[in-house]
Amino acid sequence: MADLTVPSAPVIRSATTEAPATRIALVVAAFGFLSLFLFLPLVEVFLEALRNGPAAWLAAISEPDALAAIRLTLLVAAIAVPLNVVFGVAAAWAIAKFEFRGKAFLITLIDLPFSVSPVIAGLVYVILFGSGSLLGPWLKANGIEVLFAVPGIVLATVFVTFPFVARELIPLMQEQGSSEEEAALSLGASGWQTFWRVTLPNIRWGLLYGVLLCNARAMGEFGAVSVVSGHIRGLTNTMPLHIEILYNEYNFAASFAVASLLAGLALFTLLLKTLIELRFSGGLAPSRGH
Amino acid sequence: MDLRIKNVRKDFDLTPALHDVSLDIASGELVALVGPSGSGKTTLLRLIAGLEQPNAGTVYFGQDDASRLSVQDRQVGFVFQHYALFKHMTVLQNVGFGLTVRPRGKRPTAREINERARSLIELVQLAGFEDRYPSQLSGGQRQRVALARAMAIEPKVLLLDEPFGALDAQVRKDLRRWLRELHDVTGHTTVFVTHDQEEAMELADRVVVMSRGRIEQVGAPDAIYDTPASAFVHRFIGESVELPVYIEGGMIRLDGIAIPLSAADEPDGPAALVFRPYDVAIDEVDRATYPGIAATVVASRWHGRGRRLELAVGAGGHSMEIDLPPDVAPPVDSTLSVWPTRWTLYRPSGASLSHPTPAAAASMVSPIQQMAVAQ
Repeated sequence: MADLTVPSAPVIRSATTEAPATRIALVVAAFGFLSLFLFLPLVEVFLEALRNGPAAWLAAISEPDALAAIRLTLLVAAIAVPLNVVFGVAAAWAIAKFEFRGKAFLITLIDLPFSVSPVIAGLVYVILFGSGSLLGPWLKANGIEVLFAVPGIVLATVFVTFPFVARELIPLMQEQGSSEEEAALSLGASGWQTFWRVTLPNIRWGLLYGVLLCNARAMGEFGAVSVVSGHIRGLTNTMPLHIEILYNEYNFAASFAVASLLAGLALFTLLLKTLIELRFSGGLAPSRGH
Repeated sequence: MDLRIKNVRKDFDLTPALHDVSLDIASGELVALVGPSGSGKTTLLRLIAGLEQPNAGTVYFGQDDASRLSVQDRQVGFVFQHYALFKHMTVLQNVGFGLTVRPRGKRPTAREINERARSLIELVQLAGFEDRYPSQLSGGQRQRVALARAMAIEPKVLLLDEPFGALDAQVRKDLRRWLRELHDVTGHTTVFVTHDQEEAMELADRVVVMSRGRIEQVGAPDAIYDTPASAFVHRFIGESVELPVYIEGGMIRLDGIAIPLSAADEPDGPAALVFRPYDVAIDEVDRATYPGIAATVVASRWHGRGRRLELAVGAGGHSMEIDLPPDVAPPVDSTLSVWPTRWTLYRPSGASLSHPTPAAAASMVSPIQQMAVAQ
């Protein structure tokens, strides 16, 4: 008698699709990891901040030293971000549109702040501008304060946040090539006209994205700023430094209050970034570095 | 505006892209630069536009040395292969761009720019599409916007880089005819680059065939087709059959066997025997009765207007394809006697057949015979 087992229908699945169990496991693992290491701590920050009620929270962030720290943080970001926009656009332009000797070196150089510890970046400025350095006596004689003053904090922040704009724009500009610029030039546009009317509109969303990331980092930078700031309350303390000082004084409530404000700024930045992505996903480079 | 290109050389990273190229283009002419990829045709076009600078030589616009003019000052209308339309501008803004960037003194009023752009959009048959963005247009429509944009600046010369390269066959054909008509109406001096020899032959007043950074031949399409100056041109323009032969005492030998074509007064040495697939006669009777080239039929295909035979020829079994009228149908594996009725011999000069120098190009690969053999 013949074997009458019906052959089971073949499971048709596209080559890149995993079995449902694998998919669920991966998604759960990703979410689990993120909740444990990112989401829970973030929630904790806000809970701790509001432990003594909204009045205490408000008092902690409107205390003069806290206000000074907030002002300084915003000031530093307001200087460092535009500077890095100019440097970043210039560097990305040079790398994406021209061929020149030392291009690979320049790209490596742009990544340097990512690979060097921020503390080292801070120390470099101490060595460069400190009283024992070559520049130190001259600066002192001319009454220019760099270290333990706002200029030093700005410099350290610029150093640490340099790659964000450039890194965002390089792949985008490389992908776009230069044919639109060539078209503009052949139609009689000057270099500046070409930049403002053709290049900039083409990179605007990528640029905005880079600016947001750069801004988030500029406000949150701790290591490099800590080394050059000198921790002078009400003068050279940025928000992250202020948070640390409060924390070290066991003033947890105030520390977390300011921390929640900083985290809130970061979340707001992230929200903006997401909105941009949703709205203009087509204009951003598909091969993003972050 | 007539163009003169004099002894232009261009190197990219030490690799020469153009060697000592000279070319004159008359005012109002429609010229095609045709050649395989890497032949330097696009480089030459970009040099004319000023998008590249030559390492040596000069480009003249009329009497002016264009090397002294920047891209902006050359007033060339350049149409890019992938259109390069400004993505964030509407069709109207794209077409008007060249006028809006003019310095204040020379800039037409916003109204004039608008009118001008609209009339050009009408000329390229895109009325009604003024407010669309490039992403909302088809390939052929984008190409026409690019053309209108280039014409808006009243160019002295219109330069088109592979203008139909990215379009499908039917759109290509329509646009080709349309461009020819447009050229006849507007009369711009026009140079376009293409790798499609058919396109070049159909569209251009004069065709410039390029290979390996040199101009191989310049001429009217029929002249180039009928009297190719080199084996390369013969091969590149239209179909051709090529057999490696050896000349010895005025006799042409294929694999050592003499064939019934004469090359009297030619010095001994190797040569290429080149002819069109349809310029052949065959004899189906035993090859002994007519001393043509011995051939065996490998395959026979019917292609609507006639029959294409794939043959193995000579002792070396060289593969060649010939076209026969529909009523002749020799069976596969049968032996034939074949001889070209119109043919050309090309001589390599020395060992530099594949890398000819331009000065010697005319003499070293010269057609020495172009004749009909009595049948």
